[in-house]
Amino acid sequence: MSSAETGSTGTVGPVGPVGPVGPTGGVHPAPARTPSPWWSLGLLRSELVTTFRRWRTLALLGVLAAVPVLVGVAVKIETGDGSSAGGAGGEGPAFIAQITNNGLFLVFTALAATLPFFLPMAIGVIAGDAIAGEANAGTLRYLLVAPAGRARLLLVKYATTAVFCLVATLVVAASALAVGALLFPLGDVTTISGTRIGLAEGLGRALLIALVVAASLLGVAALGLFVSTMTNSGIAAMATTVGLLITVQILDQLPQLDALQPYFFSHYWLSFADLLRDPVHWDDLLRNLGLQVVYAAVFGSAAWARFTSRDVTA
Amino acid sequence: MEELPAADPVRAPVPVAPDRTDASGTSTGETGPDGTVIATTALTKRYRGGQLAVDRLDLAVPAGSVFGFLGPNGSGKTTTIRMLMGLIEPTSGTARVLGRPMPGASRAVLPHVGALIEGPALYGFLSGRDNLTRYDAADPTADPRTRRTRVAAALDRVGLSAAAGKKAKAYSLGMKQRLGLAAALLQPRRLLVLDEPTNGLDPQGMREIRALIRELASDGTTVFLSSHLLDEIEQVCTHAAVMAQGRLIVQGPVADLAAGARGRLVVTTPDAGDAARVLKERGIGDIVVEEGRVTGEPPDGEPADLTAALVAAGVRVRGFGVERASLEDAFVALTGEGFDVER
Ligand SMILES: Nc1ncnc2c1ncn2[C@@H]1O[C@H](COP(=O)(O)OP(=O)(O)OP(=O)(O)O)[C@@H](O)[C@H]1O
Ligand SMILES: [Mg+2]
Repeated sequence: MSSAETGSTGTVGPVGPVGPVGPTGGVHPAPARTPSPWWSLGLLRSELVTTFRRWRTLALLGVLAAVPVLVGVAVKIETGDGSSAGGAGGEGPAFIAQITNNGLFLVFTALAATLPFFLPMAIGVIAGDAIAGEANAGTLRYLLVAPAGRARLLLVKYATTAVFCLVATLVVAASALAVGALLFPLGDVTTISGTRIGLAEGLGRALLIALVVAASLLGVAALGLFVSTMTNSGIAAMATTVGLLITVQILDQLPQLDALQPYFFSHYWLSFADLLRDPVHWDDLLRNLGLQVVYAAVFGSAAWARFTSRDVTA
Repeated sequence: MEELPAADPVRAPVPVAPDRTDASGTSTGETGPDGTVIATTALTKRYRGGQLAVDRLDLAVPAGSVFGFLGPNGSGKTTTIRMLMGLIEPTSGTARVLGRPMPGASRAVLPHVGALIEGPALYGFLSGRDNLTRYDAADPTADPRTRRTRVAAALDRVGLSAAAGKKAKAYSLGMKQRLGLAAALLQPRRLLVLDEPTNGLDPQGMREIRALIRELASDGTTVFLSSHLLDEIEQVCTHAAVMAQGRLIVQGPVADLAAGARGRLVVTTPDAGDAARVLKERGIGDIVVEEGRVTGEPPDGEPADLTAALVAAGVRVRGFGVERASLEDAFVALTGEGFDVER
C-alpha cells in the first residue's frame, strides 16, 4: 500500500459539492491537524524507549557486557604465572597475547571475539522482532491506523536497530575497557606495524574501531528487518535471521566458495584491525563499509517493497 | 438482497435521534457527496488462501449515525473494517472514509478515526498509560505537549485511571478492552470504528461502554460498531447493516429493519379459547393459543375495534397490544437462519 504514503498530509479537505443533504447529524468541524515536522523524531523516541525498556534487550546487552569480563578474567588467571596468554601459536582471538601488557587490548580482543556471532546474533534478535513482533502482538495494526505510515515506521525501526548496533558495540567496548583497566596496566599502544602510539591516541583508535564494528552490523540489521516483514512470528524471524548469519559465517570458511565470499556481509568484518596499523590500511575497511551500504540498500528496499504492499491481518 | 424498504443504501442519510439533528445541520465537507462517512462500492476481498471474505459490499454509513454492523461469525465484518482502515488492500471495489478514498488517503483520514479492531493489542511490559503514550506518539497529528493530559483524560473516560500505572500484561480481559477503547479516544474523532467493543466486559462495563458510545454520538461522532449481539445493536444503534457470508443482506435505520419483520398481536386473557374464536371471526391469521394468552398476525385495521369486539363477546381482556418485532426476529426473517457459523 505504498500509495498510502504519498497521500497528502494535513486535514481531510472538502471533497466536491456536498449538496442539500438535510440534517447530517452534525459533524462538528474538527480543528485542523497538521503533522508536526518533528513528529518522526517523536516516533523514533517512542520506539527507542520501547525497545530499551524491554527486558530482552537488557538481557542481550548484559550478555554482551559479560563477554569481556570472562575473557579478562580468563587471561588474568592463565597468565598469573607470568607467561603470556595465547602463546606463540596465536591461538584465541586477535590481540589476546597483548592484554597482559596493556589492558586497552582487551577492547580489541573483546570486539574481535563478539563480532562473528554474539553481536550479530543480538542484532538479529532485535531486527527480526522489529516488525514481526509487533504483528505477532497485534500492536502493528494499531500503529498503522494511528497512522504511523508504513515507510516511516520501517525507517524508524531500522534507525532503532542501528542505534542498538551502536549501543551493543559500545557496551562491549566499555565493559572491556573497564575490565582491562581494572585487571591490567594501561599504557602506550604498540600497533600491528610495530610503531608505538600514546594511550590517548590508542583510546581514540579504540573508539573509532567500535564505530566501525557498529557500522559492520548494519547489513545484518537490514537483512533481519527484511525477514521481519515476511512473517507474523517474531520468533521465526529471529531464528531465520540468526540461522542465515550462521550459514553465511560457515560458507565464508569454505575454500570452494572463494569467488563468492567477497560478497558475504561478514567477509571483511575483522578488517577493523587495520585501524591498528600505522599508517591505517583503508582498503578492506572501505570494502567492508561499502558492502554494508549495499546490503542495507538492497534489503532495506526489499523490506520497504514487502511491508508497504502487505496485508496486515494479524 | 431482499426487497425491503430499508435495503436501499441511497436512503441515507436519515434524520437520527432528535438530539443530534440540531447541530446546525451544515455539512463540513468531510463527508461524502451524499452525507456519508463511510461509503463502499462493490468492495470485495478475497484472501490469499482463496477465501472470499467480502463480496461486492455497498455500504453507506450516514454522518452522525450510530451504525451497527451485524453478522454471524465469519461473515466478513472484521475484513470490511480492515479494508476501511487501510490495513488490507481490497481485491476490487472502492472504499471512501470521511469522503476520501482508502487506503490512498490513510495519512489524512486516519487521524480523525479512532479504531478498535479485533480486540485490543497492548505492550504487556508497558503500563496502561505508557501504552497510550506509545500509540499517541505514532499519530503524526498528535501534539506531544498535550499528550500527558490527553492520555489521562482517555484513561479517565474508560474508568482506568486507578490502574493506569499497572503493567498491561496484568490487566484483565475487560481492562484490556477498556484500554483499547481509550486508545481510540486519545483525540477528538469524527469517526469511531469499533469491532465488538463490549467483548469481554462485565454487564456493568457493557452499560458504561454503551453510555459512552451514546455520549460520543451526541457530540457528533459517527460510530461504526460491529457486533453479533443483536440486542446491543438494538439498544445503541440508529442504523444497522446485516452481513451474511460476506454479502450485505440489508441496511437502513434500525426502526425500519425491525419493522421489516412484522410484530405480533398479543391478547392476554384467561378466556383464551373465546378470544381465539373472536379473533378468527375478525380475520386475524396465524392464531396461536398459549396459556393465558393468544397471539396472531397484527390486524390491518384499527386495533381498538378488536378490543371492542372481544369485550362485547365477554372475553376478559387483561392485556392487548402489538408486540414490536425485535431485530433478532428481523434477522431470522432476513436470513432464514440462526446465528451459526456458515463456513
Ligand atoms: N487472514 C486471513 N486469511 C484468510 N482468510 C481469512 C483471514 N481472516 C479472515 N478470513 C476468512 O474470511 C472470512 C471473514 O472473516 P472475518 O474475520 O471478516 O469475519 P467476522 O465477521 O469478523 O467474524 P467474527 O464475528 O467471528 O469476528 C472468514 O471465513 C475467515 O475464515
Ligand atoms: Mg471479527
